[in-house]
Amino acid sequence: MLEITDLGKVYPNGTRALEHVSLTIAASEIVAVVGGSGCGKSTLLRLVSGLDTPSEGHVNVDATRIVAPHPAVGLIFQEPRLLPWLSVAQNIAFGIRDLPQDEQMARVGAALSKVGLRDYGNRWPRELSGGQGQRVAIARALVPRPSVLLLDEPFSALDAFTRLDLQAHLLDLWADTQPTLLLVTHDIDEALLLANRIVVMRPSPGRIAQIIDVELERPRDRLSAEYEEAKRHVLRELDKTLLHRREIAGRVEDFSI
Amino acid sequence: MTAIDTVQHRIANEPASIEGRLAPSGEGRLAPSFEGRLSSAAAQDGGDGWSGWIVGLLLPVGLALFWEAAVRLGLFEGRLMPPPSKIFATLWELAASGELLRHIIATSARVFGGFVLGVLAGTLMGAIAGYSTFVRKLVDPCLQGLRAVPSIAWVPLFLLWFGIFENSKIALIAVGVFFPIHLGVMGAIHNVDRKFVEVGRIYRLSGFQLVRRILLPAIMPDYLLALRSGLGLGWMFVVAAELMGASEGLGYLLLDGQQIGNPSQIVGAIIVFAILGKSTDALLDAIARPFLRWQDNFQRT
Repeated sequence: MLEITDLGKVYPNGTRALEHVSLTIAASEIVAVVGGSGCGKSTLLRLVSGLDTPSEGHVNVDATRIVAPHPAVGLIFQEPRLLPWLSVAQNIAFGIRDLPQDEQMARVGAALSKVGLRDYGNRWPRELSGGQGQRVAIARALVPRPSVLLLDEPFSALDAFTRLDLQAHLLDLWADTQPTLLLVTHDIDEALLLANRIVVMRPSPGRIAQIIDVELERPRDRLSAEYEEAKRHVLRELDKTLLHRREIAGRVEDFSI
Repeated sequence: MTAIDTVQHRIANEPASIEGRLAPSGEGRLAPSFEGRLSSAAAQDGGDGWSGWIVGLLLPVGLALFWEAAVRLGLFEGRLMPPPSKIFATLWELAASGELLRHIIATSARVFGGFVLGVLAGTLMGAIAGYSTFVRKLVDPCLQGLRAVPSIAWVPLFLLWFGIFENSKIALIAVGVFFPIHLGVMGAIHNVDRKFVEVGRIYRLSGFQLVRRILLPAIMPDYLLALRSGLGLGWMFVVAAELMGASEGLGYLLLDGQQIGNPSQIVGAIIVFAILGKSTDALLDAIARPFLRWQDNFQRT
């Protein structure tokens, strides 16, 4: 379980990136965070992962307070970030270097098969395509078997076909150990396809505007009527949020006249 | 002893083996397509290198043959620029008496001593300046200024400080080696991709592990380049060092050749310098290459 309590972040330059963010995510739940740029999505992930420390509030994973990167929390970046001087297999083993070798070999082999790159263990990262690289990055994040996996726009740098492929792939992998997923995206379809709940964020300072439940059966079909209906619902909710903002903006303008 | 302790004990005792087993080097474990590409690339390189070699030899060999023929036919006197046969005869004479080897060893020892000192100081200071912005701002202007000082300008000072024997020569070479190493290491560390450091942090590397597993491999390509230009400058500075007074060494051979009016000794010493400089550079490259196999061929120089 991931508990985010009254989280806030002020950067040293005075920018207030995040304010009063509270969110509880049950074990094995998939939550997508959407919102425009500068609404604190990435900051939220950096705080949850322990890369940055919050100015206010705290993050708990299974009752453990996160103050620094923790083995129970994995993070997948927008780009693969494989270490170019390590082979694909060594990259995947990077997060489990404290385990016995046999265990490392077994887990790396299994992970490579699962992401469909069984014969790629001895390759260098530069020999992989963008999609293959991101699959290796997913494998690297999953082999330590984290209970929470954070994804920061993981597929946004990929072409549309590869993205569809990897979204399906991520769900397959998730089904194995069912970690809690917190996924930042700017793709409504991606959020609808993957998430139980969609958290909409709003900028300056970043905070949660609303949370939309996605009540769709899995596996989800992009072409089904239910999916269309759910998408319309999400877009309608997003519109409301946007409209609300425009009204406020309009009122401010009225005053200034 | 807990289970985790045992695991850590095992890991600590077998630090390299897992890397060895997972590394892409294992012969026969490469995917066929990968192997095929490697060998074809190697064949291509070999072919290219071979014809490149021949083309590169055309000019010097042609010039040497031309000059040899011209002097033999009596077209030129060849006193100030001796023909190749005379140069090699002189070198052969020096080699046969064992004198050439003595000079080569003396010069190489100086370059080696100065190189080691320069590399140690340059790496240490470069690492500190690359790591700390404050230190960089503090020392960089001074070092840039000192770098602009011609090597010969140090000679009188070092003679006063270190005497006329080996110490002053090694100090001068070390100064020459220091600057490219310092600048290379500083720049390389400063430019290490923050994204890789974050990966290290996510997987909870300690400070030392971060240096060993992220920073060192990341700066390796730049470091090799710095070492090579440092070594090149070492060979340049050794001549300046030996011209300031030496009783042995290739620089002494140069000076001696001038004083006794024997240009073939001077040209011979220059040729030996060229061979030594090129082969030590190749040696350094060969030692470092295994650490850089992960790079694209295009990035290699």
